[in-house]
Amino acid sequence: MSDAVTAAVATTGPGADPFALLGLPRGMDVDPHALDDAYRQLQAQVHPDRFADKSEAERRVAMQWAAAANEAYRTLKKPLPRAKHLIESAGVGLGEQDNTAMPADFLMQQMEWREQVAEARAHRDDKGLRHIEHDIRGAEGRLWPLLSERIAAADWPAAADAWRRLRFLEKLHDDIEDVRAALID
Amino acid sequence: MALLQISEPGQSTAPHQHRRAVGIDLGTTHSLVATVRNSIATVLPDEHGRVLLPSIVRYGQDGVFAVGVEAAARQAEDPRNTLASVKRFMGRGLADVAKTHQGDLPYDFVDSPGMVQIRTAAGVKSPVEVSAEILRVLRQRAEASLGGEITGAVITVPAYFDDAQRQATKDAAQLAGLEVLRLLNEPTAAAIAYGLDNAAEGVYAVYDLGGGTFDISILRLTKGVFEVLATGGDSALGGDDFDRRIACWAIEAGQLPPLGARDLRALQVEAREVKEALSSREAARFHVKLQSGDPVDLTLDTATLESLGANLVTKTLKPCRQALRDAGVDIADIKGVVLVGGSTRMPMVRAAVAEFFGQAPLTNLDPDQVVALGAARQAHLLAGNRSGDDWLLLDVIPLSLGIETMGGLVEKIIPRNATLPIARAQEFTTFKDGQTAMRIHVLQGERERVDDCRSLAHFELRGIPPMTAGAARIKVEFEVDADGLLAVTAREQSTGVTAQVAVKPSYGLSDDDIARMLRDSFDHARDDLDARALAEVQVDADRLLDAVRAALAADGEALLSDTEREAIEARIVALAEARVGTDRSAVRQASDALSTATDDFAARRMDAGIRSALAGRSIESI
Ligand SMILES: Nc1ncnc2c1ncn2[C@@H]1O[C@H](COP(=O)(O)OP(=O)(O)OP(=O)(O)O)[C@@H](O)[C@H]1O
Ligand SMILES: [Mg+2]
Repeated sequence: MSDAVTAAVATTGPGADPFALLGLPRGMDVDPHALDDAYRQLQAQVHPDRFADKSEAERRVAMQWAAAANEAYRTLKKPLPRAKHLIESAGVGLGEQDNTAMPADFLMQQMEWREQVAEARAHRDDKGLRHIEHDIRGAEGRLWPLLSERIAAADWPAAADAWRRLRFLEKLHDDIEDVRAALID
Repeated sequence: MALLQISEPGQSTAPHQHRRAVGIDLGTTHSLVATVRNSIATVLPDEHGRVLLPSIVRYGQDGVFAVGVEAAARQAEDPRNTLASVKRFMGRGLADVAKTHQGDLPYDFVDSPGMVQIRTAAGVKSPVEVSAEILRVLRQRAEASLGGEITGAVITVPAYFDDAQRQATKDAAQLAGLEVLRLLNEPTAAAIAYGLDNAAEGVYAVYDLGGGTFDISILRLTKGVFEVLATGGDSALGGDDFDRRIACWAIEAGQLPPLGARDLRALQVEAREVKEALSSREAARFHVKLQSGDPVDLTLDTATLESLGANLVTKTLKPCRQALRDAGVDIADIKGVVLVGGSTRMPMVRAAVAEFFGQAPLTNLDPDQVVALGAARQAHLLAGNRSGDDWLLLDVIPLSLGIETMGGLVEKIIPRNATLPIARAQEFTTFKDGQTAMRIHVLQGERERVDDCRSLAHFELRGIPPMTAGAARIKVEFEVDADGLLAVTAREQSTGVTAQVAVKPSYGLSDDDIARMLRDSFDHARDDLDARALAEVQVDADRLLDAVRAALAADGEALLSDTEREAIEARIVALAEARVGTDRSAVRQASDALSTATDDFAARRMDAGIRSALAGRSIESI
């Protein structure tokens, strides 16, 4: 097993088009109720439980469809994965691993926020956390309309830039939630 | 939607014949079986009218063997051979067991690859075999009560069970001669029972604290859909832990000398009784007579119990918070909290739940039975007993799945709380020039480091053509079915070299082991398909022939190439020939051959059927 080295570096992407699968118009504007309904109707038709009395081979097919339905729903449910799908299926990469693509001022702001989070954590300062969250929401409030607009205009490089910024901010939200959970326990 | 009528030989049932399916709650302390009769779910009692079967098996000296009440009655007398709470050892190694139980168990554990085993007077037993004995008793109970063989069972598992624990449970069911229709998560089963009975709609939490496990699930109930949003828990936290704390308290308070296995078991049995009594009283007497003849005579009051158990109760709240966060739901959105499991009868648990969720929990259901009742309803549905108001169940995977990458880190491929079933692929590449093999290590858990996650399987993809580092494209595909069980495939994209594992090797029994144990178990003879009468095999063959001929007539043209069609037709001829003879096994073999030959065709018809059903929905391209 000398040359059997454990794997590294992920590279892959999506499969069937989620909008087509769920029968919804393509775009950032997705009506959450229509999405939920479409998803449930689709699962009601393809879920392997509907075919529990069928052969293994048939249930496998149902399972693949149900898995695709789940994946499609997950992709469209939240706006970031939805936007990611739209941008990537236009052939534009988002380079998630790579933050050298981000402008310096944005990275500076990020670092500042991260320091503030660390500080709030050290001082068990929930008010401090809320303050940072407020600032982040402000930044997000400016970026979301921009993202939708750039996607609608098929301006993919600008859309990708807005997406990357929003992705950073989402991670920051997650970090804050982690800190909060840690403060409670 | 009449997609396909090809059924596997031996499994076919006449279309409108009622199918006897059961739901089984295989609990740490109690197990029970339920079924749906005349559209009503009911638990099935034994011949003495008892519903709960203590999950205890005794493998005594001189062939003494007992399951349930009889075994429980002797546990303090014969603690080493009387195995209780083995659910806690399912899919667990000796190291895991040692971690959660610091030497307080009187068993003679034997370390064995994957899963710990226990040495008894009747030989070394694996937790899977012990669980199978419990399931077998319930199967027999159901068969006696329903008057015939049962077609299948839904077996419940804690929602927080990982792949190894689920696989072990499925193995146990197979060993007990049960066809598993589904492994169903316990809180989900409870939600089905509660939701159907109360026509509940909205977001609900199910808090399930049993004898050995804790689960919290957040579900959205909408008409006809049970959708689990998130689940969490602790698969080694339950009433047993309170008992152990009380036993420790007794040792201290009574200033007892070092005790043997019998005394320890007697203390735990008494601890449990006292604990249960304290759910409806302020104080209770703790009385045990030790082997030495000395009595232990103490009084435990609720205040002391609360201080002994406080941090166990607190331990349940962290998973609750996490599950709410994963579900993206605020506490204020929770419409009701359903309590499941005997330990939720404790006032201190109810108070903690009420405080956490800001509302009094729902108590209008029997926490002992609700899981089995929900499982019975799901079994009834899965066995094909359709009624007008079927429901759809969408559950999630409790723990993330991933593979080991550079530096002992885990790359997650499927995140926890993703909806089942799931198929997800990730591409990886080689790390060295000329690398021809890749070792794939599959893990489950939330932590970043390999050492902190549960190792599920190792396998190797060999025969990768030598290329420069980073040139090979290896696609690793994870597939998790509706039972929450994982299968992994790896494939080198340019050459198509494939390696595949059903995630079994490091935990659970191999299929060969199960087959051997089944052969060894004496009551299994009648399950042996070859023992079935010639007439029965012929009826199945006829049914299969009819179905395949009908399918060929309908879709043969559209879905098969000439060669494929000829291959199937040759098998039809062969089966028709065997059918008129009297050689039972020849008929069976020919049936098997035909049904294998039509697998692909069946799958294509299924796919075409789904496509055309969806096309009715007016989508141009899928
Ligand atoms: N009145 C009561 N007060 C306190 N605890 C009780 C009471 N009744 C039962 N219990 C406890 O409930 C536990 C058994 O609950 P239950 O039968 O729901 O568990 P189980 O299904 O066997 O286990 P699990 O679901 O964890 O596998 C035991 O620890 C028992 O002592
Ligand atoms: Mg239980």
